[in-house]
Amino acid sequence: MSLSVSLLGRADPTAIPCPLPLFSSAVRAGFPSPADDHLDTDLDLHRHVVKHPAATYFVRAEGDSMIGDGIHHGDLLVVDRSLEALPGRIIVIAVDGELTVKCLERVGQRAYLRASNPAYKPIPLEGRESHVWGVVTHVLHSLPGAPLP
Amino acid sequence: MMALVDCNNFYVSCERVFNPALEGRPVGVLSNNDGCIVARSNELKALGVEMGTAMHLLPPPIRRQTVLLSSNYALYGDMSRRVTEVLATFSPHVEVYSIDESFVGFHGFDPAMLETRGKRLRDTVRQWTGIPVSVGVAPTRVLAKIANHMAKKHPAYQAAGVCRLDADSPTTRELLKQLPATELWGVARRTAERLNVMGINTAWQLRQADPKQIRQRFSVVQERIVWELRGQPSIQLDDMSAPKQQIMVSRSFGRLTGNPHDLREALRHHAARAGEKLRKQASVTSAVMVFVRTNPFRTDLPQYRNRVIVSLDRPTDDSRELIAAAVEGLRHLWRKGYRYQKAGVMLLDLSPKANRQLTLNETPQTAAEAKRSERLMAMVDKLNRELGKGTVQLGLPRQGNAWALRSERRTPRYTTQWSELVSVKL
Repeated sequence: MSLSVSLLGRADPTAIPCPLPLFSSAVRAGFPSPADDHLDTDLDLHRHVVKHPAATYFVRAEGDSMIGDGIHHGDLLVVDRSLEALPGRIIVIAVDGELTVKCLERVGQRAYLRASNPAYKPIPLEGRESHVWGVVTHVLHSLPGAPLP
Repeated sequence: MMALVDCNNFYVSCERVFNPALEGRPVGVLSNNDGCIVARSNELKALGVEMGTAMHLLPPPIRRQTVLLSSNYALYGDMSRRVTEVLATFSPHVEVYSIDESFVGFHGFDPAMLETRGKRLRDTVRQWTGIPVSVGVAPTRVLAKIANHMAKKHPAYQAAGVCRLDADSPTTRELLKQLPATELWGVARRTAERLNVMGINTAWQLRQADPKQIRQRFSVVQERIVWELRGQPSIQLDDMSAPKQQIMVSRSFGRLTGNPHDLREALRHHAARAGEKLRKQASVTSAVMVFVRTNPFRTDLPQYRNRVIVSLDRPTDDSRELIAAAVEGLRHLWRKGYRYQKAGVMLLDLSPKANRQLTLNETPQTAAEAKRSERLMAMVDKLNRELGKGTVQLGLPRQGNAWALRSERRTPRYTTQWSELVSVKL
């Protein structure tokens, strides 16, 4: 289990919205279209990502076992506890007292935690103390040049 | 009908959400000044450790198996707010009674569905926040308090975590007959002793007593408790004192207000009043919770409720510091565009003034400073007592004074600041 998480902070349910301008055409490489000059509305990324503020937590990913799902070491994960852990979802789960991130899988009656890095084997939940902590809904991955938080 | 929702071992439960390894172990949370245990997990209670035990007085065998944590009021305040937010999705009428207890109005809901609703509420709070709660459903606050106690302790209700007491059911009668009057909410020990002299020993006997007689011998509030036991709502939240270890002062505005100065004035007043109560019981506080809300019944207006905890970096009973904390809290809470109905201040983490010790990172107050502050507060209290409340009011400390400097060195607000992150043990 080498993708683990650390708690970062809460999603502020009363955050002052940070409206970003929405352009009417999709982002393209090249010169901007003059039609983009008029704004349609304001976009609030926080509201777009955080649907249940009371149940949403931000955590920091540590490890490389979920690389196949686009979760890198150091990424910020948005976790919604109000969602149900269904097979196929990426979940935060406490296993033997430790928080980890994996994909939930079900084979027959048995539940497994699947990594998305071939170097890691599935972990059967049978016989382990475990409880689901939340469902990962978004990954925020910073690219070179991103301002430091 | 209404429900009293109480978080089980709240501070410990908050810690367990972010550190699941604490599950099933004896855990104690310490007050942040004098090292007393202010919250215990069930496992620690089972070891016979009492509330308020000084850390250094824990027997070594117990000490070795117990996880002791310093209190993290920024985290508790945030989790408390999350719980309240979930409750608000079940009813527009949520009254915060303490950091871990709220009354939820169930008016107008199908009475047959209340237990189911209570269970759903409990499951939802657990899932969304990770905090286990107990739910007591009853027609009045006093009965809801009893129902909540049953939901927590009585084997018949413990598993479900929900207990419903109707005013006249045989179950209620049986429980009231077994419940000593001393354990009733709002009945002080001295009052209970005088009740015993009158032959009133159980809650049931108090319920059967003549309300007029109770009012004459005791007080209007005691009379209201009789009516409440009979199932007739008579008590407002403001009539009841907050639980020990917390002091709460709050009031609704006469009219809704969108003026920040009104809120500031109200909070300054509440903080000063809380300071008086604090000094009266010879205690100091090290965390001030500030809360504001709009009127939930005015569905035509935008709704907002919020709260914040301001941690003090040394325990105090000085109203000036409490007022500064309240004003600082309001700065975080204030949002334009709402019509506010209520604001309040709650003092947390109380400890006796006499045996307080300096913490490691606390700014020592010189003896002369402390003496002067004490004399000033004593004089302010005396004048307000003799000449009427509010005769002497305290102004705000200047910006950039010692207080402002000290608050820069407070402990990290792990879950509420990007720059003060907490790492969960992996």
